[in-house]
Amino acid sequence: MRQVARILRVVFFMASLMVFPCCRRDLADQQHHEPMEASSVFPDGSASRTPPEHTLARGQLHEDVLFYQGKMGGDHAAVFPAPVTRAQLERGRERYDIFCSVCHGSAGVGDGIVVQRGFPPPPSLHLDRLRDAPPGYFFEVITQGRGLMYPYGSRVEAADRWAIIAYIRALQLSRHATLADLNAEQRKKLEDSAHE
Amino acid sequence: MALPALVLGVAALAWAAHAALFSPYATVVGVPVDQPVPFSHQHHVGELGIDCRYCHGGVETSGFAGFPATETCMTCHSQIWRDAPMLEPVRQSWATGKPLRWKRVNDLPDYVYFDHSIHVQKGVACVSCHGRVDQMPLTAKAHDLHMRWCLDCHRTPDHRTQPSDQVFVMSDPPPAKQAPTAHGTRMEDCSLCHR
Ligand code: HEC
Ligand code: HEC
Ligand code: HEC
Ligand code: HEC
Ligand code: HEC
Ligand code: HEC
Repeated sequence: MRQVARILRVVFFMASLMVFPCCRRDLADQQHHEPMEASSVFPDGSASRTPPEHTLARGQLHEDVLFYQGKMGGDHAAVFPAPVTRAQLERGRERYDIFCSVCHGSAGVGDGIVVQRGFPPPPSLHLDRLRDAPPGYFFEVITQGRGLMYPYGSRVEAADRWAIIAYIRALQLSRHATLADLNAEQRKKLEDSAHE
Repeated sequence: MALPALVLGVAALAWAAHAALFSPYATVVGVPVDQPVPFSHQHHVGELGIDCRYCHGGVETSGFAGFPATETCMTCHSQIWRDAPMLEPVRQSWATGKPLRWKRVNDLPDYVYFDHSIHVQKGVACVSCHGRVDQMPLTAKAHDLHMRWCLDCHRTPDHRTQPSDQVFVMSDPPPAKQAPTAHGTRMEDCSLCHR
């Protein structure tokens, strides 16, 4: 009898060992959804929800028409929502290099890597037409896309779109700057370097 | 007579359970996961040089790095390889609005809290945790993600962080060291990761 009890105890211990990995899985995959996890609850099969049509989340009203739509009095805004800063230009370069350079090229002439692999080339950002276009026009193109270019409104935040536009302006200027654009100190630096 | 055999059996079972839990096979390090579309980081990152953030937009600002929306693939594949059968699921997803179902490669148990943004902001490079993604034709896990692995770094985090412009760069051993970061003393507290 004692022998049987002992064997039973050991068998019980073994059984509990086998249960152990299964319990770990239960805790490892609990009944809540992680971002973007698959879900059987919703018809589209995704746990991450998109807001119902005609609704807005808190903080998404975006009343500032200039900042969120690039419009002023119904037209493309001719100005930036706020004066351009150096930090913004740097942010703009970073975001341009991530999101735009693959097609538009790092200098904006439309020779990015994806174009080299067969994507129809976009126009150069240095065309007179685009040098004259107001910032609000660029804002619209980035937000809504244009022709073959898909919209970036859901991928690049409004503040970053303005930063990118500021950087495009800098790119454009870089090809058309003249000596007259430099102040005395910069001109001296340039002349010194020319003599070296 | 039966007892020693049983004890041996138990020992063997315990060993098997341990091996199953801690071997790389249970967590499949280095073995790619079958995906709805055979997406290649080697192609897109290694050869085309597309930045991680083009597709994993949440990685700097949120806990979750995120997966690219179908719209992101279509930005290029509406024109490039637009008839390739390989990309049929992408076009289907675009037409129906049903998201692609990427299978998880790295997946911590739900009782562990993890946040990308803090690691990225403190200068821990993607490559430190995900390996040479730019050389993976199909994505596989680079480390087992066991607690021990997290703690190995949490004990000496200063040696593993880099300047912010290196975080997204894929290059072999994490290069230059940065000055020590100001991190809390809670780096090994249980409640840091088990909340
Ligand atoms: C996948 C390739 C691709 C990417 C990435 C891309 N573009 Fe474009 N872009 C195009 C193409 C193609 C056109 C030409 C569209 C047309 O007219 O059909 C274009 C046109 C433009 C134009 C000119 C519109 C005009 O009036 O001719 C601007 C400005 C522009 N893109 C800005 C951007 C910015 C800023 C980004 C990054 C946020 C970006 N693009 C990313 C492909 C791309
Ligand atoms: C062109 C889009 C694209 C780019 C660029 C990209 N990824 Fe991905 N990534 C994906 C897709 C799609 C998946 C899901 C399929 C898979 O696992 O391969 C993924 C999956 C991953 C995973 C596995 C996620 C999981 O399930 O655990 C890691 C890690 C990852 N990417 C890291 C990176 C890093 C690091 C970079 C930059 C060096 C990068 N990715 C650039 C599209 C991209
Ligand atoms: C910025 C542009 C771009 C984006 C975004 C992009 N791709 Fe690609 N992809 C390419 C290019 C270019 C090629 C072909 C490269 C070549 O011709 O060598 C390609 C090739 C492919 C191929 C076939 C070639 C191979 O063996 O890898 C697949 C499959 C693919 N992409 C899937 C995807 C998926 C899925 C996504 C979205 C997560 C995606 N791509 C996003 C540009 C892109
Ligand atoms: C400190 C280690 C660490 C670093 C650094 C890191 N990751 Fe991760 N990553 C993880 C872990 C752990 C997971 C699994 C998270 C989970 O299951 O909750 C993960 C998951 C992912 C996923 C799947 C989606 C998600 O968020 O769960 C993607 C995509 C990804 N990482 C991309 C990146 C990219 C891109 C970088 C660099 C900018 C990066 N990771 C840096 C550890 C890291
Ligand atoms: C390569 C190094 C490295 C690895 C691997 C690593 N971490 Fe970290 N972790 C850090 C650094 C650096 C910090 C930031 C410390 C500080 O506050 O300065 C951090 C911070 C954290 C925090 C604090 C976040 C907050 O909100 O305060 C959590 C949680 C965390 N890590 C979880 C994990 C988990 C879980 C893993 C394993 C899956 C992991 N880490 C792997 C380096 C690492
Ligand atoms: C840096 C993050 C981190 C810290 C700090 C941490 N853990 Fe963990 N812990 C993890 C991860 C990640 C796992 C999941 C391991 C796996 O999946 O194999 C885990 C798993 C566990 C498990 C489940 C058993 C196992 O190993 O799979 C226990 C129990 C546990 N931790 C206890 C603790 C205790 C107690 C402390 C404090 C002394 C602690 N942890 C501190 C990250 C952490």
